[in-house]
Amino acid sequence: MKYLCLICAEKVMEQMSKGVAEQHFQEYTEFTDAIRTSGHYLGCNRLLPPNAAITLRVRNGQVMTTDGPYAETKEQLGGYYLIEARDLNEAIQVASRIPGAKIGCVEVRPVAEDKRTLEALGFI
Amino acid sequence: MSQAFCKATEIHEAIEVIYRNHSRHVFATLIRLLGDFDMAEEALHDAFKAAVEQWPSDGIPANPRAWLVSVGRFKGIDAIRRSARFEQLPEDIEERLAADIPEGLDGEGIEDDRLRLIFTCCHPALLPEAQIALTLREVCGLTTEAIASAFLIAPTTLAQRIVRAKTKIRSARIPYQVPSADRLRDRLGNVLRVVYLIFNEGYFASSGDSLVRPELSEEAIRLGRLLVELLPEAEAQGLLALMLLQESRRAARCLPSGDLVLLAEQDRALWNQNYIVEGSRLVEQALSSRRFGPYSLQAAIAAVHANAASAEATDWAEIVALYDILLSFDPSPIIELNRAVAVAMRDGPLPGLALIDAILARGELNDYHLAHSSRADLCRRLGRIAEAKASYQLAFNLSQLAPGRRFLARRLDELQN
Repeated sequence: MKYLCLICAEKVMEQMSKGVAEQHFQEYTEFTDAIRTSGHYLGCNRLLPPNAAITLRVRNGQVMTTDGPYAETKEQLGGYYLIEARDLNEAIQVASRIPGAKIGCVEVRPVAEDKRTLEALGFI
Repeated sequence: MSQAFCKATEIHEAIEVIYRNHSRHVFATLIRLLGDFDMAEEALHDAFKAAVEQWPSDGIPANPRAWLVSVGRFKGIDAIRRSARFEQLPEDIEERLAADIPEGLDGEGIEDDRLRLIFTCCHPALLPEAQIALTLREVCGLTTEAIASAFLIAPTTLAQRIVRAKTKIRSARIPYQVPSADRLRDRLGNVLRVVYLIFNEGYFASSGDSLVRPELSEEAIRLGRLLVELLPEAEAQGLLALMLLQESRRAARCLPSGDLVLLAEQDRALWNQNYIVEGSRLVEQALSSRRFGPYSLQAAIAAVHANAASAEATDWAEIVALYDILLSFDPSPIIELNRAVAVAMRDGPLPGLALIDAILARGELNDYHLAHSSRADLCRRLGRIAEAKASYQLAFNLSQLAPGRRFLARRLDELQN
């Protein structure tokens, strides 16, 4: 089964001191290598800080945009891993090794893999 | 298709079979070697990944289980050393890593590990529902999502239950061992209780539209067989017998519509004779050991039913006698109720009704729907229709499960006409 691990923290890389960010990058290299080797890895990305975000809505055929992420929270989405795991507990175990879990939090979301979704998204 | 491709496919299939049959053995041993559930799970995963990568070219090793344990242990040590750069490690870790690969990676040692795993998952320091969840996931290898769906609870609830239980095992330092002889009986009792709860949830689902969830009962029987194999105690045999004898009636106790069929009205040709033969043999073994207890006695009662040609031809005197012994082990009002029903079969409805009324008068089973439906049934047989209707109505109001409610509604309906 596939799980998306969303990494949230009060500080993203850009807001850390150079030394701390460097150490953090190093930990991410190790973690990503490890899950590539173990076969859990499906994909990942780091996101630019929320001040680079634009949120849009379409209402009455009009595109409306606002600055920033759609949710105003102290915790910001900083990146994600898409992983393959046997079940939710294995996903939790893998996600617990994400370096960001030690300073922020990680939300583990199962990916919908029902037939209708897979059809709609063109996977089958 | 090229020959190499065929061979690779064959090896992948062989690995899948080995995963199904041996991954839990390997996991149990890795927990002992690495001292941690999560580390062992990662190491197991890595060992099978290595097998998928190496076996197609190197061939399947002569002893795949020993190979997987040895590779898993090596990978686990590697992971511990890697994380040592970021995290504090348990104090005794160096000692554990320095130890030689222990003797007997196969054979008896490994079987002991499975037993250690069962006793740890069913440790009384863990919450009862956590014991069930851990046993199904770690011993049986079910996924979190599958267990959650069988128990009709949210996967997130179950996942957290498992995480907390593992944290508890770590923080309370619950030892990974088979209890010593003086505590074995007591602790085995707890393991048997967990297995029987799993069986019952599959056999008499406590809520929902479907009367049974066969996958849970199957897992419980598998666990029961494993226990008898690893620890041939009378009560383990008794519990396995009890589950087999109940399971033998699965096809007959439920109509395709999901409606309940009472024992007396079941088509006995649908009973599974293989289970009955196996269960009856185990009952005899358990009873002859003289170390039997409540499970063996309940199994003995089930065996009398299973070997009778019809409800009328059942040896009700034998059943009442077995209930008397059972009550001496476990003086519970529910067992008394069952004994009362057996007395009604042996001596007629009136003496049975007197016994049920006495139990109800004590107030212990007033909220138990089966007490009222049993009373209703005896009243019906005595022609006391008004009383029967009132008791069926009480039972209906107390019953949680849709098929049971439909059955009671049908009985009420029959009495109206």
